[in-house]
Amino acid sequence: MSSQTVHKWQRFSFKEQMARFAVFFGFAVALSVSISTVEVIPEFLYDAHIQAADLLTRMWPMDLAYYPKGIHAAMVETLHIASLGTLLAIGMAIPVGIMGANNIVRIPLLNWLAKLILVSSRSVNSLVWALLFVAIFGPGALAGTVCIGFRSVGFVGKLFAEALEESDPGPIEALTAAGAPWPSIFLKGYWPQVAPSFWGIFLFRWDINVRESAVIGLVGAGGIGMVLDTALNLFYWDRVSVILLSIFAVVVVAEILVTNIRKRII
Amino acid sequence: MINNSKQTAYGDAFKVNWWIRAGWVLVVCYILYAANYLDVSFARFIAGLGNGADFLAEMVPVNFSRWQLLVSNLLETVEIAVIASAFGIFFSLPIGLLAARNLMPSWLTWPARLFIVLCRSFHPVIFAILFVKAVGFGPLAGILTLIFASIGFVGKLFAEAIEEISLKPVEALQASGAPFISVILYAVLPQVQNRFIGFSSYQFDANLRNSTMVGIVGAGGIGGTLFAAFQRFDYDFLAAILLSIIALVMVSEFISLRIKGVFQ
Repeated sequence: MSSQTVHKWQRFSFKEQMARFAVFFGFAVALSVSISTVEVIPEFLYDAHIQAADLLTRMWPMDLAYYPKGIHAAMVETLHIASLGTLLAIGMAIPVGIMGANNIVRIPLLNWLAKLILVSSRSVNSLVWALLFVAIFGPGALAGTVCIGFRSVGFVGKLFAEALEESDPGPIEALTAAGAPWPSIFLKGYWPQVAPSFWGIFLFRWDINVRESAVIGLVGAGGIGMVLDTALNLFYWDRVSVILLSIFAVVVVAEILVTNIRKRII
Repeated sequence: MINNSKQTAYGDAFKVNWWIRAGWVLVVCYILYAANYLDVSFARFIAGLGNGADFLAEMVPVNFSRWQLLVSNLLETVEIAVIASAFGIFFSLPIGLLAARNLMPSWLTWPARLFIVLCRSFHPVIFAILFVKAVGFGPLAGILTLIFASIGFVGKLFAEAIEEISLKPVEALQASGAPFISVILYAVLPQVQNRFIGFSSYQFDANLRNSTMVGIVGAGGIGGTLFAAFQRFDYDFLAAILLSIIALVMVSEFISLRIKGVFQ
């Protein structure tokens, strides 16, 4: 029996092990190179705790009386920018998402074009979009709304296209066989299947947009960010803390709202 | 003979849901109201389109002549993302563990969850502003910002992943008298390892995107150059910066796709 080969059990093949090792090794090399070359000025670090303590003492006590005077209107504007921007994104994402779903539009060139639109929208940060639209439309809520819309198209469109690609072809074949025109196939075949995930995507993106619309004002695109920018530039740190607290409160309320609605509809 | 199609035994297949129609009407009303409130009008939009055309026209001969500055900025951006991802993911491991309600007592999960909520609720730009004040201009502020952003995202998802694990291996190890650290290492981590790697590679992508932006408030990376190009109306160089950011993000998406393939 000694001639029988001994089985050696291992979880991964040699190639898989090497691939895993390569990922970790590559990341370790990138990390060590980054740490050794990044230009951190250590002198700035010595008084960091003093600066941070200074910041906190200037933020306290909060100037709560400023909320009704200067913050509330900007906060409402922020929420409107987020909602209107999300609706604009949906208006743009539905055609682009349909164009990107390769089971509906069977032209690879159009699928590829839709993917390019969606990736460009997602790769450019919301602040950069905001800068672009402030240059185009001038400072204000219009730039912010269009910025939120363009920024969100990539996210909403990608998930919408994926939901369309995963839909069951059965009802669509039935409708096609019955001779239904294209709009009917979409409204009665695809839409009922993707509607729950569609509303889920909408709510999820609205939640993200509430956070984003709070900061795009820093570059002039309207909302609470503009108030924050003014307070920062004038060193009104007691107002800054009230603004941060109100952003925090709105974001938490939005998240609780979205979580509860999602539980009901999905 | 059936002369009215609505009286079939099956009823109407496509019944009109008036509640949903009313909902759509409400949405349209809201759009009109909000557009009015925000002073968003079609006339302004049209006026903006003219500006937009000028803006694009000035971008068109894309100016790559200052490519050295561009490359060094892109490198700094990538460095910020790499360092922040490494530390952020490293710290989110223990914080995610502490926040998992099925393993830890509530006096430990509450502070951990509160910390995660704090990290998540503010946009990275706000953290960047505060860190620029605390540690000065430069990439360190950006790194600290993205570490907090990473803890918020990876920590939350990691805690949720741990809460969904099967508790049987945990009980088996506890019954055989294994110490706590072994329970974590041999019963909990193997169940969540793959998802953790998935969250981490996603967060690396997100950090790379955000590290292109933190420079706008002075926290290092290509954002500072981008903002300067904007303020100097240097739109042809701006176009070069934007194109290189998009290219960088696409490359990183490709790499993270390959990494996910390795760990599948």
